[in-house]
Amino acid sequence: MKLYCLSNDPNKPCHILTFREITVMLDCGLSMQSLLNFLPLSFVPSNRLLNLSNYMPPDVSDPDLEGELKENGERIFVDSPPEFGPPLDKLIDFAQVDVILISNYMCMMALPFVTEGTGFRGRVYATEPTLHIGRLLLEELVIYIEQCPKSSFSSQWKNYVHKCPSPFKEAFMPKSWKQIYNMSSVNASLSRIQMVGYNEKIDVYGALQVIPASSGYCLGSANWIISSDHEKIVYLSGSSTLTTHPRPMDHNALKNADVFIMTDLTQTPISNPDSMLGVLCVVVSLTLRGGGNVLIPCYPSGVVYDLFECLSAKMQESGVSNCPMFFVSPVADTSLAYSNILAEWLSTAKQNKVYVPDEPFPHALLVKNSKLKHFKHIYSDGFSTEFQEPCVVFCGHPSLRFGDVVQFIELWGNNPKNCIVFTEPDYDYIEALAPYQSLQMKIAHCAIDTSLNFTQANKLIKDLKPTTLVVPETYTKPPVSAPNLTELVIHNTPEVNLIPYKWGEIINLPVKRKQGQLFIETDVASKIVPVEIKPGLSLSTVTGTLNVKDNVHKVQDILDDQKLLNKNVKYEWGSVNINEFKQKLFQEGITDAKVESLGGNVVVIHLQDEDALIQLEDNNTHVVCNGDEALRTKLRNIVMQCLKTF
Amino acid sequence: MPELKVTPLGAGQDVGRSCILLSIGGKNIMLDCGMHMGYNDERRFPDFTYVTPDGPLTSYIDCVIISHFHLDHCGALPYMSEMVGYNGPIYMTHPTKAIAPILLEDMRKVSVEKKGEQNFFTSQMIKDCMKKVVAVTLHQSVMVDNELEIKAYYAGHVLGAAMFWIRVGSQSVVYTGDYNMTPDRHLGAAWIDKCRPDLLISEATYATTIRDSKRCREKDFLKKVHECIDRGGKVLIPVFALGRAQELCILLETYWERMNLKAPIYFALGLTEKANNYYKMFITWTNQKIRKTFVQRNMFDFKHIKPFDRQFIDNPGPMVVFATPGMLHAGLSLQIFKKWAPNENNMIIMPGFCVQGTVGHKILNGAKKVEFENRQIVEVKMSVEYMSFSAHADAKGIMQLIQYCEPRNVMLVHGEAEKIAFLKEKIQQEFKIDCFNPANGETNIISTPVKIPIDVSLPLLKAEAKKFNALPPDPKRRRILHGVLVMKDSNVCLMDVDDACKEAGINRHVIRFTSTVSINDNGPSVSTAHKLHTFLTDKLPQWGVTFSEGEISVESVLVKVEGDDDESQKTVYVSWTNQDEDLGSYILGLINVMGQ
Ligand SMILES: [Zn+2]
Repeated sequence: MKLYCLSNDPNKPCHILTFREITVMLDCGLSMQSLLNFLPLSFVPSNRLLNLSNYMPPDVSDPDLEGELKENGERIFVDSPPEFGPPLDKLIDFAQVDVILISNYMCMMALPFVTEGTGFRGRVYATEPTLHIGRLLLEELVIYIEQCPKSSFSSQWKNYVHKCPSPFKEAFMPKSWKQIYNMSSVNASLSRIQMVGYNEKIDVYGALQVIPASSGYCLGSANWIISSDHEKIVYLSGSSTLTTHPRPMDHNALKNADVFIMTDLTQTPISNPDSMLGVLCVVVSLTLRGGGNVLIPCYPSGVVYDLFECLSAKMQESGVSNCPMFFVSPVADTSLAYSNILAEWLSTAKQNKVYVPDEPFPHALLVKNSKLKHFKHIYSDGFSTEFQEPCVVFCGHPSLRFGDVVQFIELWGNNPKNCIVFTEPDYDYIEALAPYQSLQMKIAHCAIDTSLNFTQANKLIKDLKPTTLVVPETYTKPPVSAPNLTELVIHNTPEVNLIPYKWGEIINLPVKRKQGQLFIETDVASKIVPVEIKPGLSLSTVTGTLNVKDNVHKVQDILDDQKLLNKNVKYEWGSVNINEFKQKLFQEGITDAKVESLGGNVVVIHLQDEDALIQLEDNNTHVVCNGDEALRTKLRNIVMQCLKTF
Repeated sequence: MPELKVTPLGAGQDVGRSCILLSIGGKNIMLDCGMHMGYNDERRFPDFTYVTPDGPLTSYIDCVIISHFHLDHCGALPYMSEMVGYNGPIYMTHPTKAIAPILLEDMRKVSVEKKGEQNFFTSQMIKDCMKKVVAVTLHQSVMVDNELEIKAYYAGHVLGAAMFWIRVGSQSVVYTGDYNMTPDRHLGAAWIDKCRPDLLISEATYATTIRDSKRCREKDFLKKVHECIDRGGKVLIPVFALGRAQELCILLETYWERMNLKAPIYFALGLTEKANNYYKMFITWTNQKIRKTFVQRNMFDFKHIKPFDRQFIDNPGPMVVFATPGMLHAGLSLQIFKKWAPNENNMIIMPGFCVQGTVGHKILNGAKKVEFENRQIVEVKMSVEYMSFSAHADAKGIMQLIQYCEPRNVMLVHGEAEKIAFLKEKIQQEFKIDCFNPANGETNIISTPVKIPIDVSLPLLKAEAKKFNALPPDPKRRRILHGVLVMKDSNVCLMDVDDACKEAGINRHVIRFTSTVSINDNGPSVSTAHKLHTFLTDKLPQWGVTFSEGEISVESVLVKVEGDDDESQKTVYVSWTNQDEDLGSYILGLINVMGQ
């Protein structure tokens, strides 16, 4: 069994697992840190961005590079449509991938890169919410980028990255970066997905069984249990033990794995999501009461649902409930609609509302009462008439490189009464804001990441007792942001065999298959006669026709057309007692047996009249005679009477 | 031979009161727990004394499975769990869990408050009963206990309707409940994979019908409604609040829009608004088209259809009214019927099946007068139309389902006796499998093949594969697996004999025989050996006869030739182990004959 690591971002994972000749891709995450190196896309030309000065690395005078790089406050940006870091395609040919398992909608953004134009012919499995909401994320991304077409694509800069200052210099593998896919690739790719339910057993070519188990992180999020008849592999991706809107995490299913692959832990190991939510509520109330607007960059699904619920209650309490919330995204309406029809994937509290029947989320009510207003874009019909300040705006994209958020920063950035609040943990907010500096608006950082932190992860491992634990190498060292916090790692304990892995590596996983499984059918089973060798242990021979179909082995009764086949083979065991043997010979009328000891428990018995010889040893007997079958049969019976059989 | 035991307490050669007991691998399962709409006495509930003469059922039943919310499938549930007594788990889908208690409460009100029945279950009992319900999602594998596994499949009959696959060990059964194999205006078609159950228990409501195309039936329905409205008549459509009602509403709504009709369409208040809400929230259970468009336009927000008020019964002029219940056995639909029946301009459209004993059943059978409990006699002059809109599988659909899941046996329930008997014939002929049709209280025993999973050592499998692959390809050649089953405590593993002996801590004793035969053949002994090889290869076509270093071998049998090249007499040694006794002595015999 081997594990290939194709993504350098543990929170946008992509692995390949090979086992029993099946190639499984675990998640299909798209690394988007690359975005921070690009200038924001604005669908209203921004003078400020247009007037940024060109940058040329020291000692470089390449005319083709002219104008590709821009500079703002010591940060370098590429003036080109943004590019993304797809999974590494050098280690494995995607055409060979049999199955792709998607854990949650945040881990499938690279799917079109993997399945389209690569010869991929396998199956993709994801839960229903993962498919629906994943579609929203993919579509939103494509719309955001396509609505701001750039006239030129820059490429020369990739040759000079090493000559640029940090952090631009540290950009990871820029030559492998790709432009975003188009909508037809998105549709083609998503049409390959087969929807599955939690605890649904999916057969993979008879060799493996995969089961998604609820992971508690977001709507439809799953961990995967991959098992053969004797081995169990658990793949844990985005998981949460906190109580929010999704169905809680299913621990039981993850127990006693031979191999436990753990990834996608929290990106904010130091802060606690509950206190961050508290800070967020205070910041919003204060800003609104001070007459300022709040801008919350977000994804169109996920924690944002909890924020609507929580903030609306908080705003009521703080007397600013007359300030509206705006949710602006090309998929805002669909996201809100879907959240209310996926009851079966929600926490019990939310599920019970559906039985009334009430909508599981209060945002349907908020929309009805005009507390929450949603629009596809800020230039959509009705937005300008509905728009009122002060207000709270939720919009994308959290990288601040495209989407309506770019316009809102332009609009509100120069007023210190306004505040931008970072709640999504995917991007460093300082880097995200770099192309906009210097801004007057306030900046609050309340990243809410509900996925497992290190304490929770270590406790989980202790409870689940895997034999081998496989984690990204970064999880074995304290976070770069807090090198002194040595407790923020996955502990290496004697109970677990810990294997770290890095991007681009192929790891051998210590699972040695010794046993397989087969099925015995009625006729064969009825012929089994167990012989008790000692208390608690019996043996029986089994002979049958082997039928192998789709990796499933079945043993059936042998038809009579196979002549001479001994269908009831038995084995002898033990040793022959010489005296007993001689006595039996005598009883059968053989009286001329001459016993000769050859030493070392080897005895030869000559039957002179019969012209035969029997050599007896501890573990074998050799009967040598001429072609006289009657004699041989007689001798055979005598030998067998002296031995035990099964 | 392991077996399955099935006893219908209801729905055996009958429609209504579905309740089937299944024994599988030592587990007892109750499939549905319905009531019969045609009776007001104790016959309306299944006879649970069959399970145990008295006392609670908990220790006799491992779980109860409810296929969908129709009362003929879940109407006796509170009675069974709260009055007879059952505390075990009850499984149903989420929509069924949401909707069933509402229908139960509605039915309870009609029975107790309107008909004054005694000894009926209470509202609290419905609530207590629902607390025992475990909601399941489609395709989720649910372990009821360590051995009993169930899984729901989409049945397409009403919102949330499911077929259930049930497994214990290697035995499995599929119970369909009611299902529909053709997608309709709001639901998709039933679907199941090739799960090859030992037994498929299928409903057979429309066992002998091959329904004409859906489109024709719809056209016919709209034409009849339109004609009645044109002549100023009133149309009564008795429906269940959930299910067919929503489909017919979508149908009329679009027709009214297209034809620009003005006559009012009413939907009897009560369940309906709520009902449409359920459809909105469980939209993932509807068909693809509705699911795709629900963000833009919710199909269940109706423009032309307005809530009904009792006072409208006597309003003049044409109107269309949907009212519950569907079989015209009680409630508002019956009340409206009594008022409108004597007028020949009016029309009643029965869009579904009606069980025996109901008013619906009577008028469908042409009754011109209906007598009620209080001696009231109602003349039926209105036209009575039957439109089979009930979403059940027809004969073709049932055959299709059998084809999909490839059962070893079929059992037909939930259908009239003669119709079931007819279909049974057809299934046996077409699929060459056994088909059962037990009556209520009758037990059928179905034996099932054993398929025991055991561990097998990989070296044993690999050795077999290597040996098989080494032989020249022959499509007729069978792969033979031979090994020793080691049964140690609860572990069972098949391995080769040497490993088995090691595992058992014993020494194997090998018996070998060597017999000598003299034959006359001139030339070197190698050429004699070659001749023997050719001879044996010819005589033993199914065996791999090999020749190397002057020795011929077949399995453990070795044949060697000795003798001087210039002497014609050669000695042939034939040697084999006791395990190849038959083969060895056969080869010896062949060579003996050759030597003579
Ligand atoms: Zn039904």
